[in-house]
Amino acid sequence: MHFYQIIAEIIFWLLVLITVGGGFLAIGARMLIHSLMGLSVTFLGVAGLYIYLGSLFLSVMQVLIYGGAICIVLVFGIMVGYTPRQIVETRIRGENLLLAVPTCLLAMGLLYFAIRKTGWLPAPQRLADYSIERIGHSLMYDFSLGFELISLLLLVGMIGAIIVVNSQEEDDGGK
Amino acid sequence: MGSESLNTYLLVAGFLLVAGVYGMVQKRSFIGMLIAVEMILNGAGLNFMAFNKFLAPDPAVGQVITLIVMGIAAAEAAIGVSFILAVYKKFRTIDPGRIFTMKG
Repeated sequence: MHFYQIIAEIIFWLLVLITVGGGFLAIGARMLIHSLMGLSVTFLGVAGLYIYLGSLFLSVMQVLIYGGAICIVLVFGIMVGYTPRQIVETRIRGENLLLAVPTCLLAMGLLYFAIRKTGWLPAPQRLADYSIERIGHSLMYDFSLGFELISLLLLVGMIGAIIVVNSQEEDDGGK
Repeated sequence: MGSESLNTYLLVAGFLLVAGVYGMVQKRSFIGMLIAVEMILNGAGLNFMAFNKFLAPDPAVGQVITLIVMGIAAAEAAIGVSFILAVYKKFRTIDPGRIFTMKG
């Protein structure tokens, strides 16, 4: 094993640690803004893992879409209803906590068992081409239906968001 | 186990899934639940990319599907936040435990 391979392994495990640690922060933090910070750390860790999976393009997209767009939208959502220092109580406490945590650990253990037991079968022949040209080509030819549906979904999502926010002004009597 | 093993990536993705489900049940705010859903979707994307590298014959397929998952996540976050805005305008709170219109 060469020296640079050892460095690469160390960086890989650091990225895994960043991803898992960000996940723990995202679900464990008591303030919502800390939870969101944990989520963005998780996104950056997963972006690093995408580089190890061979796709620099997807890594950049992960930082742009998840780390950029979605985190900022969620920050706006937090700014609407909360003051930043406000502590959000958890819904699970007492004996429910004693049930919830072992259930999640059991689910993780079952996943681990299933992953370890499965004999994965690689494809016999592989086209080793990770280029952006190839992605664009398959988006335009093989997956054109999915591509069009995504654009339609985003359009409907935007129009729906505007309608949902604007339609509340007439009936203001709630609660 | 290591960067050249499929199982490592699958375990990280499984952790993201389990943590997301736990967070969705446990958080007492709509934004917290939205954060948990984003974690689940990110785990799904990581899974697609891992299978794409180690098992799939065509490496473009997994990347395209991961891009589509990212698009769906963006649309879902926009809809979710606009829903939170509307709920906050009507009820003056975004605690899901205190939002009710027909309490018996």
